[in-house]
Amino acid sequence: MSLFEGFYTNFIIFVLTLLMSLPLGLIISFGSRMKFKPIRWLTRTFVWIIRGTPLMLQLFVVMYAPGILFDIPIRSRMTAALIAFVINYAAYFSEIFRGGIDSISKGQYEACQVLGMTKAQAFFKVVLFQVVKRIVAPISNEVITLVKDTSLARVISVAEIIMCAERFTKQGLIWPLFSTGLYFLVFNGLLTIMFSSIEKKLDYFE
Amino acid sequence: MRILEVQDLYKSFGKTEVLKGVNFSMDEGEVISVIGSSGSGKTTLLRCINFLERADTGKILLDGEVLFDGDSDNKASAKEIRAKQLNFGLVFQDFNLFPQYNVLDNVMLAPTLLAKERPDFKENKKEITDEIRKNAEAILARVGLSDKLESYPCQLSGGQKQRVSIARALALRPRVLFFDEPTSALDPELTGEILKVIKQLAAEKITMVIVTHEIDFAKAVSDKIIFMSEGIVAEMGTPEEVIDNPKNERTKAFLSKMFE
Ligand SMILES: Nc1ncnc2c1ncn2[C@@H]1O[C@H](COP(=O)(O)OP(=O)(O)OP(=O)(O)O)[C@@H](O)[C@H]1O
Ligand SMILES: [Mg+2]
Repeated sequence: MSLFEGFYTNFIIFVLTLLMSLPLGLIISFGSRMKFKPIRWLTRTFVWIIRGTPLMLQLFVVMYAPGILFDIPIRSRMTAALIAFVINYAAYFSEIFRGGIDSISKGQYEACQVLGMTKAQAFFKVVLFQVVKRIVAPISNEVITLVKDTSLARVISVAEIIMCAERFTKQGLIWPLFSTGLYFLVFNGLLTIMFSSIEKKLDYFE
Repeated sequence: MRILEVQDLYKSFGKTEVLKGVNFSMDEGEVISVIGSSGSGKTTLLRCINFLERADTGKILLDGEVLFDGDSDNKASAKEIRAKQLNFGLVFQDFNLFPQYNVLDNVMLAPTLLAKERPDFKENKKEITDEIRKNAEAILARVGLSDKLESYPCQLSGGQKQRVSIARALALRPRVLFFDEPTSALDPELTGEILKVIKQLAAEKITMVIVTHEIDFAKAVSDKIIFMSEGIVAEMGTPEEVIDNPKNERTKAFLSKMFE
């Protein structure tokens, strides 16, 4: 398998993880802000466990626990990797969302309320966009970390780029390994440019 | 015509009793200023009437009909409260404009969201939106902001921000418009423009309740003055009665302190 094909795997993990973990993270952040204590504590404990243990361990658990504990082995390694990544990143994103939502003043909600908006309208029409502006920087940090973390999928034998490159070392070649670094650098460079342009676009207010 | 009546309103936060039986009423087109020392419960009163807090007991009547009854057991649903809330407008001390929307959109947002609930919105979307825009532009012209429609709140002075927030409240055509110290967050040289707008609204016979520390302004603009002290209406009457010839000892003490 070529390096390019290997990186395609990283890319797919990256995109799918992002698409699923961002909305999931938002939902989890609602849970961790609930007035109803049992749900709040449950969510916060969950986030604590996910953030407090290595992603590598989570990959192994998702890969092997269903088979060993419940006798329903996961067929696709890629699916297992995705599940682990989505859960892990949703937990991190949820904390960023929570901080962002908490930072919006009560006055914004009250203004919405006296203007006859529903809670959902207040959140989606007024609050969310302000939250987005405040969390672009921390989110972009996580996203760049995610790009690099995708290579961890190799621990459950998903053929990502570094795993592909390592095979070349058996033929005495070191350059493929260096090339993988280039792939990551270029991709993260593009993301950095994208995020700073988003930040600039949001500069028009506050 | 009697428009608003507040009867025996009580409100505590934990063990702190803040409102201890507030009573007053006002007629349509009247302007009432609420004065009183810090902590006397002025903001709490406004928040209770505007459903931002739930009073413990007491009644609020609009046009003689019970809008809020603290003693009644059946709690109003969020939807019912929302409908009731729309009878009133509230202008906050610190504006609370929506920073990501320009001036025009700040004013149009709430009326647009409301219009979307109308059954005929889909059919007449364009007409309804045009109507809302025209109305918003007219109101912004009234507060002297026609040249700022496209500006964002961060580009405005405090006085301009407060005028946008007044326009935003007016756009929903509230029966009674409440102000909580509309000039307190402003530099002294900017208070004049807000007071001018409020005077103009008074001339247009908009029913208003204004919490303020500007005694001279209150005297000039109001039909009645309420002096609040320790959670009750200690004195109420015309500006001449309350400010020039106060009967209550606490009113006298408060005023002499203000004019020191
Ligand atoms: N949410 C709250 N929780 C607890 N106490 C509160 C709350 N809101 C107000 N209070 C208390 O209620 C009392 C009256 O407050 P309020 O804000 O109504 O006074 P005010 O007359 O508006 O004063 P000011 O002129 O300073 O604005 C104060 O002692 C305040 O500490
Ligand atoms: Mg106050």
